[in-house]
Amino acid sequence: MRFLKGFGQFWYDFIIGDDWKIAVAVGLALAVVTLALVAGLTSPAVLTVVGGLLIVLFFTASILIDTRSHRS
Amino acid sequence: MTGAAWGLAAATFAASFVEFVEALTIVIAMGMTRSWKSALVGVGTAILALVAFTAAAGYALATWLPESLLQLVVGTLLLIFGLQWLRKAILRSSGLKALHDEDEEFKEQTAAAKSAGEVNKAGLDWFAFVVSFKGVFLEGVEVVFIVITFGLSAKDMPVAILGAGAAGLIVLTVGVAVRRPLAMIPENTLKYGVGLLLASFGTYWAVEGIGIFGAGGESLSWPGHDWAILALLATWFLLSVALVSTFRRRTRTREIAPTAEVNA
Repeated sequence: MRFLKGFGQFWYDFIIGDDWKIAVAVGLALAVVTLALVAGLTSPAVLTVVGGLLIVLFFTASILIDTRSHRS
Repeated sequence: MTGAAWGLAAATFAASFVEFVEALTIVIAMGMTRSWKSALVGVGTAILALVAFTAAAGYALATWLPESLLQLVVGTLLLIFGLQWLRKAILRSSGLKALHDEDEEFKEQTAAAKSAGEVNKAGLDWFAFVVSFKGVFLEGVEVVFIVITFGLSAKDMPVAILGAGAAGLIVLTVGVAVRRPLAMIPENTLKYGVGLLLASFGTYWAVEGIGIFGAGGESLSWPGHDWAILALLATWFLLSVALVSTFRRRTRTREIAPTAEVNA
C-alpha cells in the first residue's frame, strides 16, 4: 500500500507538479477541441487554431486566478 | 550541420541543461550531507531505470502507438511542463515570486537531508539513495520527452540526442570539477526560454494529436504546418510579456502582494 501511494505521488508530482490549475487548463482546452472534432462542428484546420487559442486563454485564466487570490 | 540542425541541437541542449543542473544540485546535496556512495548508487540505479524506461517507451511508441496518439500524450506532457516553467518565469519577472537560486535550493536540500532520520537498507543510506534516484529519474524522464518531441518534430533524432548528451556531459564535468551547485548559470533566463519552447512545441503536438479521436484517427494539421510553431512561439512570448507588464503595474499600485506571495 505504501509503495502504491509513493508510486502515485511520484507520477502526480511529475505530471501535475506545483500548480494543478495548469493541468486542468490544458485538459479542459483539449477536451473542448475533442468534443468539437467528434461533433464535426468545424474543419480540422480551424480546430487546431481554436485549440491553440483555448490553451492560451485557459492558461491566462489560471495565472490570473493565482494572482487574484493573493491580493493584499 | 545545417542551420536547422544547429537550432535543434541548441534547443535540446538548453532544455536538457536546465534539467541536468537541477539533478546535479540534488545529488551534490545528498552526497555532501549524507553519503556519496548512497547518492551515486541512487544515480546509477536511476540511469538504469531511465534506460529501461526509454527502451520500453521507445518500443511501445514505435510498434503500438499511432502517431497521433504519441503526439497527444507526449505533447500534453510537454505542454504542462512548459506552462509550469512559463508560469514561474512570469511570476518571477513580475516580482511576485522569488528568483530561483541553485544555492538556495542546495541549502533547502541539505537542511532536509540533515534533519531526516537514519535508515539503512542494503548497506545504503536510504534517504540519500531515494532522493538522488528520484531527482535524477524525474529530470531524466523530462529530458527523454524533450528529446523525443524536438527530435521527431525536426525529423532528426540523432541531433536532438547529441544536444541533450552534450548538456549532460558538460554539467557532469563541471559538477565533478567544482563539487558545488552551478549557481552561476543564468537559470531563470534559461527556464523562461525553455518554457516558451516547450509550450510552443507542446501546443502544436497536443492539438495535432487530438486527431486520434477523429474518423480516420489521423493527426490534425495546423495551417502553415511547421511554421505554426513559430506563430505559437510568438504568441506565448507576447502573452508572457503582457502578463509581466500587467502584474508589475498591479504590484506597483499594491493591488497584489509583492515577492514570494504566490506559492510554488
